[in-house]
Amino acid sequence: MRQDSKYAVRVQGVSKQYRIGASAAEGMLRDSITRGLKRLMGRDAKKDDAPTIWAVKDLSLDIGKEEVVGVIGRNGSGKTTLLKLLSKITYPTEGRIDVAGRVASLVEVGTGFHPELSGRENVYLNGSILGLKRKEIDARFDQIVEYSGVEAFLDTPVKRFSTGMRLRLGFAVAAHLFPDVLLVDEVLAVGDAEFQAKCLQTMGEVGRRGHAVVFVSHNLEAVENLCPRTIWLDRGVLRADGPSKDVIAEYLRETSVAPKGTIDLTEVDGREGTGEARFLGLEFLDASGTPPVATRSGDPLTIRLRYEILETVRGPYFGVTFNSEFGSIVANPNTWSSGVDLGVVEPGVYTLDLVIDRLHLMPGTYPITLWLNRHGDDISMDWLESCTVLQVAAPTAAVLPRPLKRRAGTVFLDAKWRPMG
Amino acid sequence: MISEILRSRELLYFLSWRDVKIRYKQTLLGAAWAVLQPLVTMLIFTLVLAGKFPTAGLPGPVFYYTALVPWIFFAGSITNAGNSLIANTDLITKVYFPRALLPASTVLAGLVDLLIAASLMLVLLAIYGIVPDAEILVWPLAVAALVLLALGGGMAVAAINVVYRDVKYALPFAVQSMLFLSSVFYPMSSLTGTLRTLNYLNPLSGIIETCRASVVPSVPIDWTHFGISVFLSACVFVAGAAYFRSVERRFADLV
Repeated sequence: MRQDSKYAVRVQGVSKQYRIGASAAEGMLRDSITRGLKRLMGRDAKKDDAPTIWAVKDLSLDIGKEEVVGVIGRNGSGKTTLLKLLSKITYPTEGRIDVAGRVASLVEVGTGFHPELSGRENVYLNGSILGLKRKEIDARFDQIVEYSGVEAFLDTPVKRFSTGMRLRLGFAVAAHLFPDVLLVDEVLAVGDAEFQAKCLQTMGEVGRRGHAVVFVSHNLEAVENLCPRTIWLDRGVLRADGPSKDVIAEYLRETSVAPKGTIDLTEVDGREGTGEARFLGLEFLDASGTPPVATRSGDPLTIRLRYEILETVRGPYFGVTFNSEFGSIVANPNTWSSGVDLGVVEPGVYTLDLVIDRLHLMPGTYPITLWLNRHGDDISMDWLESCTVLQVAAPTAAVLPRPLKRRAGTVFLDAKWRPMG
Repeated sequence: MISEILRSRELLYFLSWRDVKIRYKQTLLGAAWAVLQPLVTMLIFTLVLAGKFPTAGLPGPVFYYTALVPWIFFAGSITNAGNSLIANTDLITKVYFPRALLPASTVLAGLVDLLIAASLMLVLLAIYGIVPDAEILVWPLAVAALVLLALGGGMAVAAINVVYRDVKYALPFAVQSMLFLSSVFYPMSSLTGTLRTLNYLNPLSGIIETCRASVVPSVPIDWTHFGISVFLSACVFVAGAAYFRSVERRFADLV
């Protein structure tokens, strides 16, 4: 692809296939040799039948030289694979990809940081890994350091840095790459609010400077604010591509009703706890006691939990943790603090409702963690970290007559304006 | 691939510098490690082997040390380069850069150790009153061939290590075997018949013999052997690089 083309990125009919659970025999020299020998002796070697999945299927899209494009989709929809393909970390199984100019990918900031090396040394190492020339790093070093705000620790080994400091320094290097195409993946999922604001601002600036930005995120608000255009990937297939407002609205319409009926919690991954009792299912219900089409800020909401007691327990207590997308706890109601005592519970299946009269949450995605502790020693019997999400959509016009401004916050405050003259 | 590496030579430098820096920071002895390893091995060889194996009329320490300098570089390069991709999984799955830089940088970092160890070699020669003649100019050439061989072998092993996960268990054994198959603690001149022919076809032997002969005037350089070794090293380099290149694109999916 020539420099004079108006596209920064051209993806033509690209598919990427992955083997899943890469059958143990696959990567073994021993087995390759046995298979080879069997074939030599004319015997049927077992056919390679490792299960495969298409992480991306027949994807075509063009991104202009000055475009800032958001990529949204559920987990496993191929977003990260797309970034890896664009950054040449991995190669397509089919199709072709052309990228004009220098690509910088922020799949994870601070990649290649070595804990034993100092902050200064890591700036050079990391910058170099990300494709900067030594001279360029020299020229931008002071800016990078200033941006990162870790001047005082430049000669300290990075292993003594806090996670936040490491992140700042990593992003500072990345922000000074000035690439032709910048790929960003979920950088904003970590770090404090101030840092996130800084990241978003920088990305916006990169876009305005006339470089292409591809921004993968679950933070729909950030995508809508930064990217005029959004691509929605669904199980590796391009579902929608157009103005962010429309695509996100369409995405929300579908995903906010996604947890249809009861969410089965018996098979979730990452379950922790002693197991004397466990959650079976969760259901979101609206005022009429049916699953809502969309849960909006200010709506009533009931979360119905079904759980099973396997051994008699004394005074179990329950909690539902609402997290922000950035991982901080927004609310953590629990039965104990509310003074609800369940006493001695015999084995069996039970239901418990958490009734919320008015949902004081701004539109967004709220990962939900369920927990069930034993009274007294406070030991966890069941703990389901981020087992589902609560999607909150924008309130109806009856509740809020005009659209929300950007950076609406997390809490949908029950507040009124009263001009007092 | 070569042009790509040349374009990213600064990154190659930074990666090698990282390897050297980390090694010297982490090991108690720092740079002394580079000389201690051949020195201690030399002492053991001298105590255990001298008198039982011929040493081409040279004092044991000189005979062993001159060969151990290239041998330790080679063994270290193959081991470190062979593990370089797996050790940098994080980088491979998150950033694009020419993958060959990883094995190449470990070989380059090993070269620093080799040069440090070689400076002690000059001290050792002086102690034994051995004054090298003009042949010492061949030593850098032998080292260059050695680097080529280590790069080729290192890249091949690194790639195989990613594609076949069971190879890493065999690697230390394979490296160890090379010690016995190459003329490190015996001179090739002590071999006869088929063994001698086979040794002739082992490029590592030719390079080690040349490293030794080039600094010791009493042992002449076997130019035929060296020539064959240079040629074979180049072949190993080309083959290793070609194999590396053929599987390079799959690394991120495999590691």
